[in-house]
Order: sequence, then C-alpha cells, then structure tokens
Amino acid sequence: MMSSSNPNRLNASVRPGRIDRTRTIHATVDGRAVPGRPGDTLASAMLAGGDIEVGPSIQRGRPRGVFSADCTEPNALVQRLDGDCPEPMLPATEIELQDGLRVETLSGVGWLSEQRDTAGYDKKFVHSDVVVVGAGPAGIAASLAAARGGARVMLVDQHRELGGMLLDGQAHIAGHPATEWIGRAARELAENEQVRVLTRATALGCYDHNYLLIAERRADHPDAPPSPTIRQRLWHVRAKQVVLATGAHERPLVFADNDRPGVMLASAVRSYLNRHAVLPGREAVVFTTSDSAYSTALDLLGTGARVPAIVDTRPEPPTRLVEQVRAAGAHVVTSAAVVATGGEHRVSGVRVRGIDGNGSLTEWSAEFPCDLLAVCGGWNPAVQLFAQSGGAVRWDPVVAGFVPSGAGGRSARVVGAARGTYDLAGCLAQGFASGAEAATLSGFRTAPPPVPQVDGDRQASRPRPVWLVPDESRSPEECTEHFVDQQRDATVADIHHALGTGMRSVQHVKRYTTISTGLEQGKSSGVNAVGVLADALSAGSPGEVGTTTFRPPYTPVPLALFAGRTTGRLYDPVRTTPMHRQHVEAGAVFEDVGQWKRPRYYPRGNEDMHAAVLRECSAARTGVAVQDVSTLGRIEIVGSDAPEFLDRIYTNGFAKLAVGKARYGMMCGADGMVLDDGVSMRLAEDRYLMSTTTGGAAKVLDWLEEWLQTEWPELDVYCTSVTEQWAAVAVVGPDSRTVVGRLAPDLDVSAESFGFMRFHETVLVGGIPARISRVSFSGELAFEVNVARWYGQALWEATMTAGSDLDITPYGTEAMHVLRAEKGFVIVGQDTDGTVTPVDLGMDWAVSKHKDFIGKRSLSRPDLVRQDRVQLVGLLPTDTTTLLPEGAHLVEPDVSRRPPVPMAGHVTSSYHSAALERTFALGLISGGRQRIGEVLCAPVGGRDVEVEITSPVFYDPEGARRDGPEQG
Amino acid sequence: MTVLNKVESETAAPETATAARHSPLEHRAAELERRSTSGARGVRLHEEPFLSQINLRTPPGGVESSAVSDSLGLPLPTVNRVSGDEHHAVLWLGPDESLIVAPDGRAEHLLRTVRDAQRGGSGSAVDVSANRTTLRLSGPAAREVLEKLCSLDLHPRSFGPGDCAQTLLGRVIVVLWQLDREPGYRIMVRCSFADYLVDLLLDAMAEFLDG
Repeated sequence: MMSSSNPNRLNASVRPGRIDRTRTIHATVDGRAVPGRPGDTLASAMLAGGDIEVGPSIQRGRPRGVFSADCTEPNALVQRLDGDCPEPMLPATEIELQDGLRVETLSGVGWLSEQRDTAGYDKKFVHSDVVVVGAGPAGIAASLAAARGGARVMLVDQHRELGGMLLDGQAHIAGHPATEWIGRAARELAENEQVRVLTRATALGCYDHNYLLIAERRADHPDAPPSPTIRQRLWHVRAKQVVLATGAHERPLVFADNDRPGVMLASAVRSYLNRHAVLPGREAVVFTTSDSAYSTALDLLGTGARVPAIVDTRPEPPTRLVEQVRAAGAHVVTSAAVVATGGEHRVSGVRVRGIDGNGSLTEWSAEFPCDLLAVCGGWNPAVQLFAQSGGAVRWDPVVAGFVPSGAGGRSARVVGAARGTYDLAGCLAQGFASGAEAATLSGFRTAPPPVPQVDGDRQASRPRPVWLVPDESRSPEECTEHFVDQQRDATVADIHHALGTGMRSVQHVKRYTTISTGLEQGKSSGVNAVGVLADALSAGSPGEVGTTTFRPPYTPVPLALFAGRTTGRLYDPVRTTPMHRQHVEAGAVFEDVGQWKRPRYYPRGNEDMHAAVLRECSAARTGVAVQDVSTLGRIEIVGSDAPEFLDRIYTNGFAKLAVGKARYGMMCGADGMVLDDGVSMRLAEDRYLMSTTTGGAAKVLDWLEEWLQTEWPELDVYCTSVTEQWAAVAVVGPDSRTVVGRLAPDLDVSAESFGFMRFHETVLVGGIPARISRVSFSGELAFEVNVARWYGQALWEATMTAGSDLDITPYGTEAMHVLRAEKGFVIVGQDTDGTVTPVDLGMDWAVSKHKDFIGKRSLSRPDLVRQDRVQLVGLLPTDTTTLLPEGAHLVEPDVSRRPPVPMAGHVTSSYHSAALERTFALGLISGGRQRIGEVLCAPVGGRDVEVEITSPVFYDPEGARRDGPEQG
Repeated sequence: MTVLNKVESETAAPETATAARHSPLEHRAAELERRSTSGARGVRLHEEPFLSQINLRTPPGGVESSAVSDSLGLPLPTVNRVSGDEHHAVLWLGPDESLIVAPDGRAEHLLRTVRDAQRGGSGSAVDVSANRTTLRLSGPAAREVLEKLCSLDLHPRSFGPGDCAQTLLGRVIVVLWQLDREPGYRIMVRCSFADYLVDLLLDAMAEFLDG
C-alpha cells in the first residue's frame, strides 16, 4: 500500500490527501534529495520518505524530530539556501515543497547571510469594511455572511487553501464532505467583486483602530510564477470591523523524555494523515487529556496503523469515544499518563503509570511498544491578534485555555476555536453571526444565514489538563528531561531554578528560562510554562499566573518586508532642479542638501575639490561665475496685512520697503534664536516674494502658517509656496553686468539705473520673461535671474552663451560657502545652531528697535544680553596653510589641559581662500568681539593650532566691489 | 490693491518662448511609453506638461468666493472634490484653498479673471503653472499601482471620478485627482520630485509588465 520512494505515503484509495499525485517534485535537505508532491510541506515530504528526525537540539544536542504540522514547530527548523538570499529559521512544517527547494537542518539557531537580498518586497495599502483573519469554518462562515450583506470583505489565511482544520478531518456539512462546502464557499467569495481572499498570507499584527499588517507570500510555492516580481507583500489594511477566526494550537504534554523523535502532536498526526496522505508511524500510542485525540486514533486505525493504547488522563472519557475506538481495535487506558519514552533516535516504546486526582502517580504501570507517540495536552485558542490589539484574556476552566475576556465589543468578533469553541456547528454559528454583525456595524445591514446540518464532530467534553506528569523517581526541581520549550531546551527544572532565585512573575520566569522566546513565541510552550508555574506556586489555576504579553509579528518575517521598496535609489526622494542634467553634463560633483542634489563643484580635468573651488572663487571675484540657485525656498505672501505680517515675522522692518525693492531679512523663534534668513522683494503694495534657505523652505512656510492660523487669524494674509514656480541663477563677478546685459537686452543694467537691492521685470533673449534682482551673497556685483521653472534649462544655456567669451564659470555650493564666508555672511544652520541670536552674530543692524517682532522680548532677557555670550568672529590660523576643522574647539593658550578644560568657543566655517591666499575661518567665541587681535589655541589631532581672533569680514570690508567696476 | 505683475502675466508663454520650455519629464517620455501596458491588467503613464495652474485662496463662504466662482463659471468645490472637468477645473485643496487647472496657455487670463473678482476683498491668486507637472496614470491596474504607494482608500466606493486629495505617494506630496472610471488619474507633483516619483511609479508598475 505504500510507494517505495515515499514509504509512508498512503494510497489514494485510503487517503487522497490535498496533494497532486500526478507530479513528483524534489527538494534537497542537507544534500539529500527529498521527493514529494505539490501540496506537501517540506515536513510532510520528509515524513513521507520516513525521515522524522531533524537537527539536534540547540543546547544539549538531543535528537529531535518533526513535532507539529504548523507554525508552532519547535524542532524542524531549517536554513533555506536556494532563494535570492539564504534565509534562516524557517519551520519545515510551513515551507511548501517545490522543485529546487534546498535547505539545511538547524540546531535551533540559523545564520545571517552577508549576501544582499535581491528578492522583491513591497507594500500595499487597502481598506475594507470587514477583515476576517483565518479561513477555517468560522472564518469562511463570517466572510460569507458579511459578503452577502454587501460589505467589502477581506479574508486572510496563512495556508494555500481555505478550510483550516476542516482539511485535517473527516467532517460533513449539509450531508456532503466538508471540502465540498469549502469549495462552494470559495467560489462564492471569488465571484463577489467586493471580496478579496488572500491565501498564503499571515496577519502579523492587529493594531489600534482595526489596522492590520498582513504578510503575503507570493513566491516560494508550486503555484507561483517562475520569477515573480514580488516575493512577499506587506498589506496595510484599515478595516471597519475585524473578525478573528484564528483557530487554536494544540499543546504538548510535559513528561520525561517528551522530546524524543516520534513524539508528535496528535493534531499534527491527523493533519499529515488527511491533508498530506502521510502516515508518520505504524504503531502509535495516543496520550491525551481531551477528546480531540480520539479522532487521531480513529484515523490512524482507519489507515491500517496499530494503536496499542490510548492513554487518557481523565478517569471517565466519554463512553461514546471509548466504544468507537474499541470497535476500531484499540483500547483506552484511563486515569493514566505516559511517564517515560524509550528509544534513541526514534521513540520505541512508552511506559505508562496511573495518575490520581491530585496528579500523583499510582502504582499501576504498563509498557507499550510504538514508533509514534501522539500527544494532546489540550488546546490554546490563538488569541495573539486579539490580545495584541488590546483585548484581555481570562482562563476558562471548562475549555482549559486562555480565551478572550468579556462578552461584547471587540471580544464578540473572536469566533470559533479562537474563543474555545471546538465543535463545528458552534464554529459555523459564531462565524455567520459575527460576519453578519460586522457587516451591519460597518453599514451593510444583514442577518446571519442558517447554520447547515453538520456531523463528524461533536461538542467536546471537559478536558483534564496535566501540566506536569511527575517523574517516576525525581522531584520537579530535578526534571531536567521534562521539556517545556524544546527549541530553547528549557525544562521543568529550569522553571524551578527560576523560582529558586525568587522569581514569581511569569514575565520574569520567561526571560530567565528563555521559554517562549524562540520562533514559536510561546504558541506551543507558553501555557505549559504557565501551568507548571501555577502548580509550583500552588495557584488555583493558570489564570492566577496570567500570560506573558503577546506582541507582533504573529510569526517571524524578513526585515526586508518592512523596508519594502524603500531601499537603494528609492530610499528617499531625490530632488533636482531643471538644470540638473546640464550640471551632470558639466561634470559636477553633487552634494546632498536635504533631499536636493546640488552641484558642490565642477572639476575641470584632474582637479580635486580644493583646486576647483579656488578656481571657481577666483572667477567670481575677478571675472564672472554662475550658480544654480533654484533650490532656494520661495513663498508668495499676499494680502492687505502682508506688510504688517512681515514686520512681525522678520526682526527688521519690511512694511516701509518700497515696491520694486528687496531687503535681507532675518527671522527668529519666540526664543530670540535665529530661525532662517533670506531676501524678500516687494512686488506690490499687498504682495511680497519671500525667499528662504534651501533647507528651511518647508519649515518657514509651516512657521508662517502656524502664526497666521493660531495667533493672528485676523490678518488678511495668504502664503503660497512658489519654490518650484521659479528657476534661478546667480550671476556673480565684475563681468556679471556684461553677461546680464546681453541676457536681458531690454534692461538698463548700469549701476545708476539698476541699484543694489532692486529688481526689474524684463524679457530675456529668446522671449523668456524674467525677474532680475541685484542681490549678492559674495560681496561682488551680482544678479539673480528668475524665470518660470520650465525655462530653467534655457536660462542656464543662455547665461553660459552670454558669458562664453568671458570664461563664465559655473560654481557650486562649496565656492558659494567660501565667497560668503570671506564677507562674513552667515549660513543659518552652519554658523548658527539654534542657540545663537542675531546680536550674537553681530547683526544688530537687522534687529529693529522700533517695532515688535517674534523673539523681540526674548532678546532682552538677562541671559541673552550677557557680555560673555558667544559672538561671531573671524579666525586666522597663524600658519596660513593650516585649515582648521569645522567644529574644532578653541581654548585659552595657557589653560590647563586637565579636564574639564574651559572652552572659549568653536569653529563654525573654515576654508581655503583664493582671494586671501590663505586659510581662514568663522567661529563663535565667548565675548569674541571684545577680543579681536587676541590669540587662542585649537587643539587638533594632538597639537595646538594658534589662531588669531579677527573681524568676520575678511574681504572688501568697505563694500567697494558691490556695484562692480566703474563703467567706461 | 493688487497690481498685476509683469512676469506672472507672461508665464503663460508668449509665442516666441514656448519652444524654450522644457517639462521635467520630457526626457523620459519614450521610457514611459515603453513601460506602459495595455490589456485587462494594463497601466499607462505619461506626462501632461504645462497645464495652467492657479493657486487660489478665498475665505470660505464669503462674498469673495461667490465672486470668484462666478468669474470662473464654476462653483468652488466641496471637500476633496473637483468642480468642472479635465479641461477647466477647480480642485479643493483646503478649507480656503483651491487649485484652478486649465490647458496650457490659460494662466494669464485666469489670473486676471480671478484677481478682478477678488478686487477689494480678501484672498490671493498665484500662478503656479510651472510649480508642478502632471502625470496621467490610467488603465485597469492604475488603482493597484497607486495602492502600493498611497494609504488613502481608493476603492470606487470611496474615491471616484471628480475626487481629489493632497496626499503622499511614497514620500512625495502630490495632488491626486481621479478623472474617470477606467480608472484614470492625474497626479500633480512638484517638478523637483517628478523624476523620483516616476521611478517609484515605474517600479510599482513593473508587476504588470508581464501581463
């Protein structure tokens, strides 16, 4: 009846299974070929081939075997080798068998690859009226009911097909095998366009306001396309209502040598039999505390296996079940427990003792040979998602498990086995009711459909959990082979050790023993640990001990899934100006300024940055140079109160600025500290164009809106961001007038007609409308030419053409920094750090004495008028070639270097200057303006650099260059 | 009093300068064409450059808003709605903020019209035609593409033709405007983000390339 390559595979006539027998596929485990069928898991294929043993245990190297058929697996953990990147710690019970799958078995711990994971991961954001998690009978019923009401429904299940536990059993619904009912339901859901069914998808977390994260596996299974674009997808789902039909997990039993290969959950045995047509053993003892394992025994007997004994802890199991198994050829031992297992790499037999009402062993004993021990310690409702989302659980002594607490609200939408309802009729009834209720509450009024007739499943009688089967000779403290968490090799002795150190809380014991900290996260070990603890503490019930905290993710997922597409070049927006490709063609080296790409310098030939910047600066001071300044922030400020508004925002006055003129402005926070600066133009009586720093644009607009909306709603002012309406170039240098004159033939650019801080509107060559201003951030004669953004490219081209005979030189941010520092112009954020006032910067001239503005009152606080506040000064290293590092601290030359060393200040900007033919710096020095001419020390790299304090204006202090050369 | 300023009045491109204009995505037109697909799971992406756009601020419910509405021949839109059609529309951006959208070359006229209507009252009208470019995303899979980047509910029961929203696609602020049931969308994005947004969208569309 068995095939030779799959000796444990049952014939289709005995068990068809949910597998495709027309195809054979192969995986490789530890270099050995493992054949199987589509529909197999890696574990079921291994079992079909007679392999039950997997990698030895993590700490003690004990032989271990496949223990479960689900995500609670503690032993059969593998490292996947065939994917885009080796992936650690996958349960063989959850991996779908496919051709080419290659794994190695692990001993409880995997390894991280240094290889880059090139597989695709992405995200999807959807909304739903009703999300149903779990597609067992309760979940399917809930989805049907909600969908019939017209709601948008999403049904999520971690397996490849719908059905849940129904696929493991032999139940009938409405007179037909349950699989027919599932098939009809699946079709009905598929045909409803408001329903989305996600299989191979695990709800990882359930958060506030019904927000769920769901991981969908789109690759790594036989139904996947050959090379899918996306391997895994993270669904972000916002639901109006959530129905949790998450099922239950079977508990192991804690007895001596309960970890031997061949010891397997009774439900797993049944799943392998019915779902995969695999018989994991020929001679199986069943050890149970409740009814469900009787179905396993009956299925085993029905497929030709021998069942030497059913060991039940209960004195009086239901007569119906006892008679059923007796009729099938097995007998039940009541009030008994397995106390020991024999065998080495596979269980060969068990020893059974009587167990009395107090849980003590009686004198009665027996031994049974077996190659499989199916255990059932009861069931844990899968309350993880419910508890994560804030639901409380309570111990239910009738079902012997932690169940959702409370009757209404959120708890009402936990259905089926997830709330301890284990009979099929009950699951269907709860599913239909909750689905209809969820649809109704989300606006789709509907009534629950009638529950069909079911058989093959009855309401369970009361289980009798036994948390610890006593050892035949040793005390609990010595139970070092009674495993509670097989993955962590943690035992009853470890729990008692934790208690011996004085711990009582389950949270402490968990962390001390590491129980429940492995891959299964307590799904298998958690409640048993609570039970052992409850016994040891003589607690009335596990409920008095409580559970540890349930946290997402429900099962482990690759971190790459959370990154999604936001890696590499898609990681963060890259902002470019319309002239970007021209900069690229000119060989620019770019600098990141916020999200912007700005040219830092334009090397010619083999120039390094130093040489390029000196050349660019020279061009600006002696010829003509051009910079793309399209990144500057621009805000149009309109309204009859715009003058008053700007007066309040800026430290200096703008209300009296004439139309057609521009002014440099500085703004402070309410604390008097410099916030941003820039030039604003008055376009009309009621209209200004403010410019901001490149990095400050968004912040300044928020700042303006905050004051307008919260403090001064009475002002008639509107702010509109126009940063990207404009493209602009700064044309700088003695020859800039010639270049701009050629660019704007209609404009009189002479010093007399076009004064400093004025602007004019004109039309450039080629018919491009422009606004040209005379502003300078270098001290040189300079113009800023603004055009509509879409003309940016044309503007750059025209400017380069207009200056081609003058060797017009594009310059980057680095040269711009040097040029402005030579003039002592600050950069907000470089020479300021949020603790610096305009007065500290020596910019009292920009602080009005005659009007109120944001920060004004702070500027007169005692701390802000201290004489020893840091002040902006120039710094000249005595050695003209030494470049001070920005950020270097400055100390008095004679000060002791034993910490704490008093600091005099620090360097904020430092450069080589072509104009000065030396290095220079700006810095903030305590009382600096009173110390001009004094010498300080900068301890740098183990030596002292002597630095003279100077005025911050190094170049053209009288401002003679601003209007350019005399025109002849 | 608002003085119409010369530059704004001429961003509507006098004949001579039109050829000098470059849209942020013109260099990617062929690529967008190549990466667009047709069929039952098709999705197409192309740029609609140079649309006229006026940012309009009007105190809600005041005399100014009815004057502006009359001057445009369109009611000002209700929350997250678009008034008009793809050739002449007003999009709701905020309680006192709208975006007027019209074909290329209409900015000057619209600006004058609106400012005339606002004269003597409160409000502003600013030409932002060059501030954003427009992407047109359409085809049966267009919504699925957006759902990878946008956390809004774009299901037809919740977002349909004539709806608009200021939202994020990935980390990019856009104005999203659904035009028709196919579905077809306009995505209006600030020019500096356009290249990056296209990278994001093409990446999200890759799944549909193989049909």
